Amino acid sequence: MKYIDEFNDPDLARRLLDEIRATATRPWALMEVCGGQTHSIIRHGIDQLLPEQVELIHGPGCPVCVTPLEIIDKALEIASRPGVIFCSFGDMLRVPGTDRDLFRVKGEGGDVRVVYSPLDALELARSNPDREVVFFAIGFETTAPANAMAVHQARRLGLANFSLLVSHVRVPPAIEAIMSAPACRVQGFLAAGHVCSVMGTAEYPELAERFGVPLVVTGFEPLDILEGIRRAVRQLESGEHRVENAYARAVREDGNPAAVRMIEEVFEVTDRSWRGIGRIPSSGWRLTDAFRAFDAEHRFDVTRIRTEEPAECRSGDVLQGLIKPTECSAFGTTCTPRTPLGATMVSSEGACAAYYLYRRMNAPTPQATRAAREEMNPVA
Amino acid sequence: MCLAVPGKVVAIDASADPLSGLIDFGGVRKQACLEYVPDVRVGEYVIVHVGFALQRLDEESALASLKLFEELGLLEEEFGDAWEQAAKEAGTAAVAEHQDSGSDAR
Repeated sequence: MKYIDEFNDPDLARRLLDEIRATATRPWALMEVCGGQTHSIIRHGIDQLLPEQVELIHGPGCPVCVTPLEIIDKALEIASRPGVIFCSFGDMLRVPGTDRDLFRVKGEGGDVRVVYSPLDALELARSNPDREVVFFAIGFETTAPANAMAVHQARRLGLANFSLLVSHVRVPPAIEAIMSAPACRVQGFLAAGHVCSVMGTAEYPELAERFGVPLVVTGFEPLDILEGIRRAVRQLESGEHRVENAYARAVREDGNPAAVRMIEEVFEVTDRSWRGIGRIPSSGWRLTDAFRAFDAEHRFDVTRIRTEEPAECRSGDVLQGLIKPTECSAFGTTCTPRTPLGATMVSSEGACAAYYLYRRMNAPTPQATRAAREEMNPVA
Repeated sequence: MCLAVPGKVVAIDASADPLSGLIDFGGVRKQACLEYVPDVRVGEYVIVHVGFALQRLDEESALASLKLFEELGLLEEEFGDAWEQAAKEAGTAAVAEHQDSGSDAR
């Protein structure tokens, strides 16, 4: 009862849960792609309020978490150089590289700056013509229009001292990789709402058809998530698999065409490595040849980076939905937000951080989970 | 940074290049690029991500999301002092002199 009273419309939440309960006759596993959704789910105990037939699996939708170690190490190397102003979003500061993080580099004298927007980094380049300003351009489709605009402006302004360290990733190839994995249990997706605000939904019908999975575009509020689950379960029970938009107030079918045009002008699709997961074909963007001069990897020699993943960290399995964070032996012991082994523990959107933050420290056994669910069930 | 935060357009600078405006996020005001929602008007709500408005949102949804993000502590993460937060997480003092070089760009 504790959780549902915290919904902004508890009555509607109860009705949605009732309908999910009445609809689900068999076990179904759904993956929420977005890390923001994962936090909302854990914070509001949505996974515990659901009937036991419906399981939520956490997806790889946290840009900080999936940025590969090699790129983190390149960022640390560039940020350590004299004459460089290295700009990053704040949530990259404590993501561990092989032997340190950006926070440490700053402490050691590197000029690391936190920016709110890539345009702030651009402004730094304009006001510091004698310095090299490098912006850490990570993120999914939601972030790409901003980074594309920054580099587009840099070229227009003739700023030769601005570059991007690019590690952009795309959701549809990740869905494809997850569904293609032999151990995959995912039967439906809650697609990330704000990614679709930019890209629209055109890339999804083919995936829904090929893998026979419902894809429901879902927002971030607890009621949005319950509605997404309700629609996905309804499709699964009736043997359907199509794209539905449960976040129509922020997502149009064609997304934001102006933003997509800018992305396509500046970036081209490329293979990308995902931290803990490995290389996924066509899963990222890189700067096109016309913008290659603004690519930090071309401007700085960072080819001799040697990376070493901590052997204990199972964040890759967490990101693919193969295990829950608490199934990792390091969780809450050698790996905590203060001493993170992997990015899923340090990122504000990481699944491990969500479990740690909301006190899912002692994961009950599956049997205990069922008992706990019955105990907590507000509408049974 | 993955979340996009709704805010209200309180002023538009039509002469800015790229087009920009002042957005109110539940009390915190910041400039954002409006180039991707060029026909937006003062008083409308938009979803803003890393300083870029990406779509419009109705007022009721925007206010509900803002309330949720505040409860989740996400507004503090988005707009607060990232160095202090990192120091807190690391269990150490904030990196010295960050105010001189780190916060000015925000």
